[in-house]
Amino acid sequence: MKAPSRQLSPLLRIVEILLPFLATLAALLVGAVMLIFLGANPFEAYRSLLEGAFGSPNAVADTIVKATPLLLVALGICIAFRGGVINIGGEGQLVVGAVMATMVGLSFPDAPGWLIIPLSALVGFAGGAFWGGIAGFLKAQFNVNEILSTIMLNQIAVQCMNDLLRCPMIEPVQLQAASRIPQTARLAQAFDLPRLVPTRLHLGALIAVIVAVLVYIFLWRTVVGYRIRATGLNPDASRYAGIPVKRYIILSMLLSGGLIGLAGAIQVFGVHHRMFTDGSATGFTGSAGFNGIVVALFGQLHPLGAIPASFLFGALLVGANKLQRAMQVPAAFLTALNGLVVVFVVGSEFWRRRWSRLRRTEAMDTAAQSIGSEAESEVKA
Amino acid sequence: MISDLLTAQVLIGVLASGIRLATPYLYAALGETFSQRSGVLNLGVDGQMLLGAFAAFYVVFETGNLWLGVLAAMIVGAIMGLAMAFVSVNLGAEQGISGIGFYLFGLGMSDLLFQQMLGSVETVSGFKPIHIPFLSDIPVLGEILFSQNIMVYLAYLLVPISTIIINRTTLGLKIRAAGENPQAADSLGVSISRVRYFTVILGGVFSGVAGASLSIALLNVFQQNLTSGLGFIAVALVYFGGWRPAGVLVGSLIFSMVNALQLWVQIKNIPIPSDIAIMMPYGLTILALVIAVQRVRPPSALSKRFERGE
Repeated sequence: MKAPSRQLSPLLRIVEILLPFLATLAALLVGAVMLIFLGANPFEAYRSLLEGAFGSPNAVADTIVKATPLLLVALGICIAFRGGVINIGGEGQLVVGAVMATMVGLSFPDAPGWLIIPLSALVGFAGGAFWGGIAGFLKAQFNVNEILSTIMLNQIAVQCMNDLLRCPMIEPVQLQAASRIPQTARLAQAFDLPRLVPTRLHLGALIAVIVAVLVYIFLWRTVVGYRIRATGLNPDASRYAGIPVKRYIILSMLLSGGLIGLAGAIQVFGVHHRMFTDGSATGFTGSAGFNGIVVALFGQLHPLGAIPASFLFGALLVGANKLQRAMQVPAAFLTALNGLVVVFVVGSEFWRRRWSRLRRTEAMDTAAQSIGSEAESEVKA
Repeated sequence: MISDLLTAQVLIGVLASGIRLATPYLYAALGETFSQRSGVLNLGVDGQMLLGAFAAFYVVFETGNLWLGVLAAMIVGAIMGLAMAFVSVNLGAEQGISGIGFYLFGLGMSDLLFQQMLGSVETVSGFKPIHIPFLSDIPVLGEILFSQNIMVYLAYLLVPISTIIINRTTLGLKIRAAGENPQAADSLGVSISRVRYFTVILGGVFSGVAGASLSIALLNVFQQNLTSGLGFIAVALVYFGGWRPAGVLVGSLIFSMVNALQLWVQIKNIPIPSDIAIMMPYGLTILALVIAVQRVRPPSALSKRFERGE
């Protein structure tokens, strides 16, 4: 069988890398139609989006700040997906990590920052790991679908957070106030993550990038990481090869939840300096638990690919915020647009799969041809 | 305290409202049963419900015609189902994630439309309870079973209908084949994509009606995130019900009764924090999943993309 235009491959390769961008652009195009219906000029709207994301050093810093939790969540998602577990529980893991880290900060207001910051990061990691680990355990032990269990765990985490913030953890001032805003007191200034440059950019961004490199080394250069990937690729074969698959499923969810919990802790200590709720998870997370999945897919489930992917997605979110304020579009527009981006990016994976299959058959064809011609020349000889 | 809950008034209240509140779960979970039996995990149910709920509410608010509202919800649900079918059947997208995308879209879009087209929380007069002659006069039982609105009766009627369609018709056989062994079904000439399009769109229609049952029959209002995750529980109920309509019915009833109990806990001022009470159904769902998956095996091809000739 002869496939046409084989020379297209290098071009396809570029398109393949650009694929998530193209998908995002397509989603923005649909968003433009929505904007027209909302009575806003889409060109102006998207110009303010670009300006909001890259227009000034402050804008770029904001983009990086927004990208930081996305990167950490995406790294967690990379580990889970590579281990064959679909972790939809990022929202809950973020919340648990953040609440636990906040508790540490509130409990020792007079302790030095160099002690409390690492400690609360660790506790945040542990909290997220615990929350993710539940789903991992249920999947490994009872074969409970992790997509469903993580969604339920998200809801439970949110309700726990609401309850804690409305009562035991509420800022004492709020108890007297009529409004009773459900938020904790501001954490001690000493616990603020150090700023990198005189903008909102904080140490968390650097930590996230370092973690990305560590996750890469872990997944591709260690035995445990290799086994996680093997489990994800083919659990049956891994079992025959003697890998305790159940244990690795739990481990990948522990690590995945842990990194996402760490993201929650960093959000508290680097950005908000307190914990608060608007009744749903989104108030605190900004849907980072879901968006991190998109970022991970953007980066082709590669920890290093997640770095630029998170930057771009952070830019999209910061810009969209600016767009919303400049054009007076309801915030609900962003949620809808966000959903479109998720659908379009996941949908676009279709072409990547198709092209990789094409490449495979192509490689096999060339191999077959060269074997054929070798055989021919041998016959001639 | 707890004994406050064990009065006749509360028990009848819990049963009656449990049966009523099961309605949206039933519609959504029955629709999801069809799509899961054919191999598609539609996680966007909650988003479809929200859009359906808004469409129904808006039409009723403007025209006062309740059935027109239901029709609007069905159409909106069908469109969302069509989109989901395209993404999962033609593009073969990871269904767990694309479903979340559709959920976010529905969540945002319904809120956006609500703000643009209504602006404030309004109420409509929805479907009224129908008192079935004689039967509704039976003490206790009459109140519980025979004084509900038409949307409630229809939801329960759909249970045996769905069972018959899935188990006793050629269509049902095709649906089950698509979910269990698509390769074999395909080789016998069953169009997997056509079957899955049908079930996912049907699921969307059911989800839309589920939303409508909230906005124009049970609550008669629309507000941001009206469903608050009910659609996700409906998806879990399909697992719990072992992918059978009758099982879904049992699950829906248990859940809505827990929910009704939870409301009564709040009404009776029993000192359980409301946040914890709201949590109960979700915790119960996880528990239910643990029990359910030990009993029945999911459709073999569930959430797996189908590609010909592999």
